[in-house]
Amino acid sequence: MRKRRTSLLQEVTVHGFLFVMAAAMILPFLWMISTSFKTPAEIFVLPPRWIPEEPTIGNYKELFSSINFGRPFMNTVIVASSITFLSLLISSMAGYAFAKFRFKGRDKVFFLILATLMVPGQMTMIPVFLLLRQLGLLNTYAGLILPGVASAFNIFFMRQFITTIPNELIEAARMDGAKESFIYFRIILPLSKPALTTIAIFTFTGSWNSFLWPLIIAQDESMYTLPVSVSVLAGQYGENLGIQMAGSCIVILPIIAFFLFAQRYFIKGIALTGLKG
Amino acid sequence: MKTNWVWVLTFIGPALILLMIFLIIPIFASFYLSLTDFNVFAMTDWSRARFVGLQNFVELFKDELFWKALINTFYCLVVAMPVTVALSLTCAVLLNREQTMFKSFFRTSFFLPFVTNTVAIAIVWSWLLNPGYGLINWFLSLFGIKGPNWLGDPKWAMPAVIMLVVWKAVGYNTILFLAGLQNIPDFLYEAAELDGATSWQRFWYITLPMLKPTMVFVTTMMIIGYLQLFEEPYMLTQGGPLNSTLSIVLYLYRQGFKFFKLGYASSIAVVLFLMISALTLLRLKLAEQE
Repeated sequence: MRKRRTSLLQEVTVHGFLFVMAAAMILPFLWMISTSFKTPAEIFVLPPRWIPEEPTIGNYKELFSSINFGRPFMNTVIVASSITFLSLLISSMAGYAFAKFRFKGRDKVFFLILATLMVPGQMTMIPVFLLLRQLGLLNTYAGLILPGVASAFNIFFMRQFITTIPNELIEAARMDGAKESFIYFRIILPLSKPALTTIAIFTFTGSWNSFLWPLIIAQDESMYTLPVSVSVLAGQYGENLGIQMAGSCIVILPIIAFFLFAQRYFIKGIALTGLKG
Repeated sequence: MKTNWVWVLTFIGPALILLMIFLIIPIFASFYLSLTDFNVFAMTDWSRARFVGLQNFVELFKDELFWKALINTFYCLVVAMPVTVALSLTCAVLLNREQTMFKSFFRTSFFLPFVTNTVAIAIVWSWLLNPGYGLINWFLSLFGIKGPNWLGDPKWAMPAVIMLVVWKAVGYNTILFLAGLQNIPDFLYEAAELDGATSWQRFWYITLPMLKPTMVFVTTMMIIGYLQLFEEPYMLTQGGPLNSTLSIVLYLYRQGFKFFKLGYASSIAVVLFLMISALTLLRLKLAEQE
């Protein structure tokens, strides 16, 4: 690496700029967290008190007792984990077939899947809504989960990764009489861990945060996911800022914790998908 | 090796069936729906939808609200794209310097907004932007500036929406630019330095040209993403005041899922799809020519 002499003034400017940016990114979160522990009397005090003088967990209590926020929380956990698990399974299976099987029409089918990557989600929204309605799947877990499982990007990504696994490993196993299912579970899956981790992280985060789809598919309160519930909260508890901030914390903080824990993989995954794309 | 179709179908079958049902057939269905007058009455009985040819598109062309939504969405794209590029490129270059301290702290904090749920953080922002007791106007008042009524003023509502859009996007693009910067070989800079190039010249003649692949990728993704603007205006303003923040997808949502004019809404989806494809291709063509 190169090392250049820099002036003190330059260093102060650079770090000053970065700190201002970092503050702009972090302060909304700190304000959200601190407000969620405040009593109504303290919320509108300016300049803001970052640490509440009389902290309270009343907002959270109300959120889970009278508003029943536990239900959307459970729904979101169920939907996001099912989508992630199923998507990993079927996209790694398809990825293996597209990368390592030879069959007629393979490249044409794969190209068709690739082409759908260009199509915005709004293009499929209305027909899928009508289909789910016809099948009676609105307001069901199946309706919330299945459309999210079919991800062209995940198949593409898995196929690209599995292509790099040496053919010799697979051929040797086939010579020994191993079935394709054995090869998939014992060779392909273990060697694809980095790709699987990347997809798992992005699929889970994406489904946790997804809003427009559940908004359309979950029309009954009992099937709401967290983003839908919190958007309703903003309308119903218009002036009750404490409750709204507690709700926002419940939606946002689990993913932030997940991110801080798995940060390495997030960053690597983005660099990977970005450069490949 | 002879093709064993049983294994092929076992492995690609589940994926293909799901993709057919939820992606490929719906795409074609969308085109077809856009040529019908599918409305709330057809919801219970599909046969009541009539084929109307291009009538929806003719109507759309005359629909003032649709034009408003189109202009608003492009306003967002045209402002948010250069601002996002400028901020994230600056951050990436500064984080890539050897002398910069606390790198991982900065990187982590820039990235937090990106993984955050847009709906929930938009509620936080709607309070930060509150003209009476919001943090932003309080901060401006410290410098003697009287902040505007952000979300209540048709002039300022879109800038406020854009602020949230950019705030969410900077971290992700910083990471992409950072990865691009790390691929530039050091010897280019060393050679330039021997030739007496200033740091500005090094940035202009080495960094920027070498970053071109990243730049193409980043701007293409922004075109696709920003044209689908929805959650931010939905939460902050519901498209108001005076439709000043009505976006294409928000208008699609309203027509389709408030009024259940699903045929008309499909024609909006088709126009959006064609615009995104055209702009993406144009961007890639430009990249080839440069």
